[in-house]
Amino acid sequence: MPHEIDPSFLALPLRALADAALARARALGADHADFRFERVRSAAWRLRDGKPAGSSDTTDLGYAVRVVHGGTWGFASGVDLSMDAAARVAAQAVAMAKLSGKVIQAAGSDERVELADEPVHADRTWVSAYEINPFDVPDAEKAGLLTDWSERLLRADGVAHADASLLTVQENKFYADTAGTTTTQQRVRVHPQLTAVAVDPESGEFDSMRTLAPPVGRGWEYLTGAGGWDWDAELAEIPELLAEKMRAPSVEAGAYDLVIDPSNLWLTIHESIGHATELDRALGYEAAYAGTSFATFDQLGKLRYGSEIMNVTGDRTAEHGLATIGYDDEGVAAQSWDLVRDGTLVGYQLDRRIAKLTGFERSNGCAFADSPGHVPVQRMANVSLQPAPDGPSTEELIGGVERGLYLVGDRSWSIDMQRYNFQFTAQRAFRIENGRLAGQVRDFAYQATTTDFWGSMAAVGGERTYVLGGAFNCGKAQPGQVAAVSHGCPSALFRNVNILNTTQEAGA
Amino acid sequence: MSGVNKPHEVVERALELSRADGCVVIANESSTANLRWAGNALTTNGVTRGRTLTVVATVDGGQGAASGVISRSAVTAEDLEPLVRAAEAAAREAGPAEDAQPLVEAAGEGAVSAGFTDAPDETSSEVFAAFAPALGESFAQARAGGRELYGFANHEVVTSYLGTSTGLRLRHDQPSGTLELNAKSPDRTRSAWAGQATRDFKDVDPAAIDAELARRLAWAQRKIDLPAGRYETLLPPTAVADLLIYQLWSSAARDAAEGRTVFSKPGGGTRIGEKLTDLPLTLRSDPAAPGLEAAPFVIAHSSGDDASVFDNGLPLTATDWIRDGVLNQLITTRHTAGLTDLPVAPGIDNLILDGGGPRSLEEMVAATERGLLLTCLWYIREVDPATLLLTGLTRDGVYLVEGGEVVGEVNNFRFNDSPVSLLSRATEAGRTERTLPREWGDWFTRAAMPALRVPDFNMSSVSKGV
Repeated sequence: MPHEIDPSFLALPLRALADAALARARALGADHADFRFERVRSAAWRLRDGKPAGSSDTTDLGYAVRVVHGGTWGFASGVDLSMDAAARVAAQAVAMAKLSGKVIQAAGSDERVELADEPVHADRTWVSAYEINPFDVPDAEKAGLLTDWSERLLRADGVAHADASLLTVQENKFYADTAGTTTTQQRVRVHPQLTAVAVDPESGEFDSMRTLAPPVGRGWEYLTGAGGWDWDAELAEIPELLAEKMRAPSVEAGAYDLVIDPSNLWLTIHESIGHATELDRALGYEAAYAGTSFATFDQLGKLRYGSEIMNVTGDRTAEHGLATIGYDDEGVAAQSWDLVRDGTLVGYQLDRRIAKLTGFERSNGCAFADSPGHVPVQRMANVSLQPAPDGPSTEELIGGVERGLYLVGDRSWSIDMQRYNFQFTAQRAFRIENGRLAGQVRDFAYQATTTDFWGSMAAVGGERTYVLGGAFNCGKAQPGQVAAVSHGCPSALFRNVNILNTTQEAGA
Repeated sequence: MSGVNKPHEVVERALELSRADGCVVIANESSTANLRWAGNALTTNGVTRGRTLTVVATVDGGQGAASGVISRSAVTAEDLEPLVRAAEAAAREAGPAEDAQPLVEAAGEGAVSAGFTDAPDETSSEVFAAFAPALGESFAQARAGGRELYGFANHEVVTSYLGTSTGLRLRHDQPSGTLELNAKSPDRTRSAWAGQATRDFKDVDPAAIDAELARRLAWAQRKIDLPAGRYETLLPPTAVADLLIYQLWSSAARDAAEGRTVFSKPGGGTRIGEKLTDLPLTLRSDPAAPGLEAAPFVIAHSSGDDASVFDNGLPLTATDWIRDGVLNQLITTRHTAGLTDLPVAPGIDNLILDGGGPRSLEEMVAATERGLLLTCLWYIREVDPATLLLTGLTRDGVYLVEGGEVVGEVNNFRFNDSPVSLLSRATEAGRTERTLPREWGDWFTRAAMPALRVPDFNMSSVSKGV
C-alpha cells in the first residue's frame, strides 16, 4: 500500500510561503515564478571492523524562488519560514535577474529565457515505492545488522578488515508555480555497502572486494532480504572471491572480448550515454565544468551510437529507480522515452528552457535541484540499456567467447569532457577460455572510445540478466550538485576491447 | 526565535539543554553568491543564506563513550530541544565509538575566540559589484574577438561558532572565492582555461584573464597530433595541486598502518621516514599561511577515517607532510595517533608544496628543449590504491614546447600515473604560487604549488575530447 506524505512535512507552512513568494514575484513583474520547498534528511553510518566509526544525520530544510524576469533567470533561497521572508527571497530573485540582465546587456546578447509549455498539474501528490521507511527503524537495529554483516566477513580466512556503510535518504519536495501547478512528493532511498580487505603483511600486497548490491529507491526491507537482494548469499561468497583475487595472476594487456555484468555495465552507461545525452551539455551549458558531448544536437536522428542491438531509454518511471519521481522541479510530469534506438541517437534529456530553445514541444521532466539552496538544472533520468527479447543468459554469453574476460562490479571510472575516452576497472575479472570461466586475473582496466565500444556490442542478454544499478552521488553543475540515478541493463558481450595492465601503467 | 537568535546564543542554548556527558555544538552561518555563464551570456545565478546547526552528544558507558551527531539547517528556537535530544538518543543507540576521547578541554587564552558573540561575516551579490560589469565587458570583447566565454564565479563566507560542554567557545570566518574562465573558439575545436582563487574578488581581473586565454587559443591554431606514450611534461601548479590533494586524501595514518595504502610499509608500519623525492620539496599545511588562511582548530561534523567529532576544537598547527623530500607525517586524529604511535596531526584545509627552484612556469617553458605543457587535469580517479595510480584527462590545452617556445597544440590524452611516483621522478620544481585546483576546486580551494617537470609522464591513450 502506498505511503502517505510525512505529516510533519505537510505541517510546514508550504502553501502560505508559496503564495507570499509568488505574489511578490508577480507584483515585481516576473513573467514566470516558481517556489520550491524542500526537506531532505540524509543519514549515514560507518563501521570499521564491526565497530562504529562515524555517523551523521543531516536535515536540509529551506525554500527557493526562481523567476524569469525581463528574459533572464533570477534565483534566491532562504530558510526563514515567515511570509515576509518568503516575499523578500522572491524580491532577491528578481534583483538577481535584473543584475543578470545588465551583464547580458553589456555583452550585447539578445538571448531570452523562455520555457516550454507544460499542462497544469494542480494539487498532485506522489510517493515512491517502499515498504519500511528506514528512518522508522531504530538506529540500534541498523548498527546491529551492519555489525553482524561485518563480523561474518571478518570471521572468514584471509579477511583482514571489513568496512561497512549505510546511507539513507528521505526527500520531501513541495513545488508551486505561477501557472497553477502544485505538487507535493516524497522519495526514500537506501545504499548499504560492505567491503572486505585482504592484506599480505610480508609482501605488502593488499586488495579488496565490495558487495554488488546497488543503491535503490526502496526502504529498510532492502536490507532484510525482502527487497530483492540476497545479502546472505553475497556476504558468504565475498571472502573466497577475495582470496582468489589475491592469488590471481596479473592480466596480460591486449584486446579481449568482454562479457560485462550489469553490476559493472551500469556505470559505463551512466558515463558514456547518460551524460552524453544531456542536451544542456551537448549545447555547451556545462562546457567549463562537467563538459560537453560528442553527441551534438545536429546529429540527432543520425549519429550511429552503437551496434543495431543497442536500445537505450530514459525514464522517470521505473519502480525503485533512483531518478524516478512524479513531477520534476519545473512541474513537469514523469515520462519515459527513447534515447538510442537500433543503435542511432534519437533523443535527449531536457528541461523546459532547453526544450523551448531547441524546438521540442515539451520537456521530458529532467530539471532537478539537490537542495533548497540550489537552482534546478537538467539532471539525469534513469538511463537504461534494454535487454533482448528472449535474449541469452550470462552463461550463454560467456559460452560464445573464446578468449575474453567476464567483468563484475564497478570500481574505478573516468571519462573525458566530451564523453569519448573512458577507462573503467571492476571488482573482479574472470578469464574466459573457450566459453568457460578460468579463474580471476588482477590489475585490469578497460579503455575505449564511446562509439567504438558500443559499436562492438555483439550481444545483449535477456530480461533474466537485467538489473537496476545506480549511484547516489552523480555530480554536475556549479555550484556543484549531486543526484541519485539508476541504470538498468542486461549482461552484454563486447568484441575486441582494449585491456590495460594497471601495474604496467604505474611503471612497475 | 525570541531571545535565542544570534548564532552564539543558539550554541549556548543548545549546550544548556544538553543532558549528555559531553556536548559539542557547531553553528555554521553561511552566505553565498554566484554567477555562471556560457557562450558569452549569463546562464544561472543565485544568492543563499543559511545556518546549519550540528549537535554532537557523547554518552559515557562501561565499554567507552558513544557519540551521536545530528545536523539541521533552518533551526528555530523550538527545534533546539528536539535536536539535542535526537543527538543524545543517537548516542545511546550507537555502540561505543571507536574514536572516543575526552572532549577537548578549555585551557588558556585560546579557549574563547574574540568575536564569539559578534554577528557572522557575510557575502552577497555586492561582492560582484565591480566584477560583474567587467565580466560583461569581457563577454563583449570576446564576442568581438571570436571567442566564447564559459565559466563560474562563486563567493562564499562561512562563519563557524563552535562551543563545547568543556568550555571552548571558538569562532572561525572562512571566505572562499573562485573564478573559472574557459574560452573556446566558436566551432569548439580550441579551448583554454584559467582559474583563480580569491578571498574577496578585489584581486580578480576578467579582462586580463581573457587576454591570456586569447593568447592560448592563438597557440592552438597550429594542431599537432601526437600518439600515446611517455613524454617530458610540465605540470602547471593547478595540476600539481590536484594530484597532491588526492595524495593528501589518501594519507590517513591508520589506513597506512593497516597495510591498505601506498604509504604502508611491507612487513608492517608506515613509510614515514622514507625519502619520496631527491628534490628538497616540502608538502605542508598551515592554518596561518598568508592568503590561504584556514580554520586553526578542528571543525568535524562527523567522524571518518581522518577526522573525529571528539577532536572538535583541537588547535591545528603547521604540519609538514613531506619535509625535504622525506615522508614526515600522515593524517591522524587523537584516536588514530594512539593506534599508530604517531603525533596528532589532523587535516588542515590548505596545501602548499615548496622547496622548488626560482623559475616561473614561463621560465621553465623557456628552458625546455622538447616537452608538453599542460593546462590542467580532469576527472581524476583512483585506479590502484597500492601504487596510488590515478587516471584522468588533460583538458583545455596541451601545448608542444620546442626550443623553449610553444609551437602548437597537441590532442588531449588520458593519463595513468601516481603522484607518489611523480614526485620521485620529477627533475625540477619551479616557484611556488597560489593556484586553483581545477578538479577538486569544489571542495579544496586553498593551494600554493610550483610547476613540476616530469621526464616521463604516462599519457596512456589519446582522447578526442576537447
